[in-house]
Amino acid sequence: MKNDKLVIGGHEFSSRFILGSGKYSMKLIESAVKDAGAEIITLAVRRANTKEEENILDYIPEGVTLLPNTSGARNAEEAVRIARLARELGCGDFVKIEIMRDSKYLLPDNSETIKATEILANEGFVVMPYMYPDLNIARDLVNAGAASVMPLASPIGSNKGLATKEFIRILIDEIDLPIIVDAGIGRPSQACEAMEMGAAAIMANTALATAGDLPMMASAFKNAIDAGRKAYLSGLGRVLTRGASASDPLTGFLRD
Amino acid sequence: MVTINGEKCNAAGKTVAEYLSATEYDPKRIAIERNGKIVPKAQYESTVLEEGDSVEVVSFVGGG
Repeated sequence: MKNDKLVIGGHEFSSRFILGSGKYSMKLIESAVKDAGAEIITLAVRRANTKEEENILDYIPEGVTLLPNTSGARNAEEAVRIARLARELGCGDFVKIEIMRDSKYLLPDNSETIKATEILANEGFVVMPYMYPDLNIARDLVNAGAASVMPLASPIGSNKGLATKEFIRILIDEIDLPIIVDAGIGRPSQACEAMEMGAAAIMANTALATAGDLPMMASAFKNAIDAGRKAYLSGLGRVLTRGASASDPLTGFLRD
Repeated sequence: MVTINGEKCNAAGKTVAEYLSATEYDPKRIAIERNGKIVPKAQYESTVLEEGDSVEVVSFVGGG
């Protein structure tokens, strides 16, 4: 397990839990990062507020890789502008592309996401596109220069779990990049299941932000993700289509 | 007038650095886009805002 690294755009990570930083107090970020064992944290870019005395960067422990998202972008052009602004903020080349045209279901616009991926990959960004799980789109994202593919499990913030499970499984089987399940994972057991399937990592925000005890839930997710990863690496036991298979020696005794 | 973060502002003729010094933005924590193009920090002193410019001043916030 020690040599089991997550590699994204040539950068190595030991943790497979990408933490969101939205919808909770900045003061909880440090303990969330610690209890999650996270090495990557997502951020959003917004218009600056002159009256804001606190900046989120002051709360993120050193050494954690920042993954700015392009939330708020409605098309590729806006996503590219947000990504460039994020890079200008001086925190590295990672970007999670998030392009949404509708505000009810917040579903990603896959075709605009491909366009933005191509432009930003050509500009040297480590591009991690959030997408609706579709094999053809995932292949286009690979060709466009993506460093990972981030399919949604269910609608953002819904905590509904692996609604797209079979389609994520296809991506895991066919795409030669880390498949990072993003959006909709609500419980550690769901994160574990995705990892057992061979997902490379899990991204979660709302599941923690809406939990009763955020740092404790971060720790629960960490354990679930580690367990799922170990199960995947060890190879799951087979499932019988029917009948049973004794785990004990089949020699009868106490009777003739 | 110059539009900065969606609000009309009397900043035409000022450099970006001059505009920022009159505000409470923390220059280390912001990035600036002018008419759709990034203004690198090294060009704050030399970039003069013009009538009709559209400027975005952004920073990081929590997000997923």
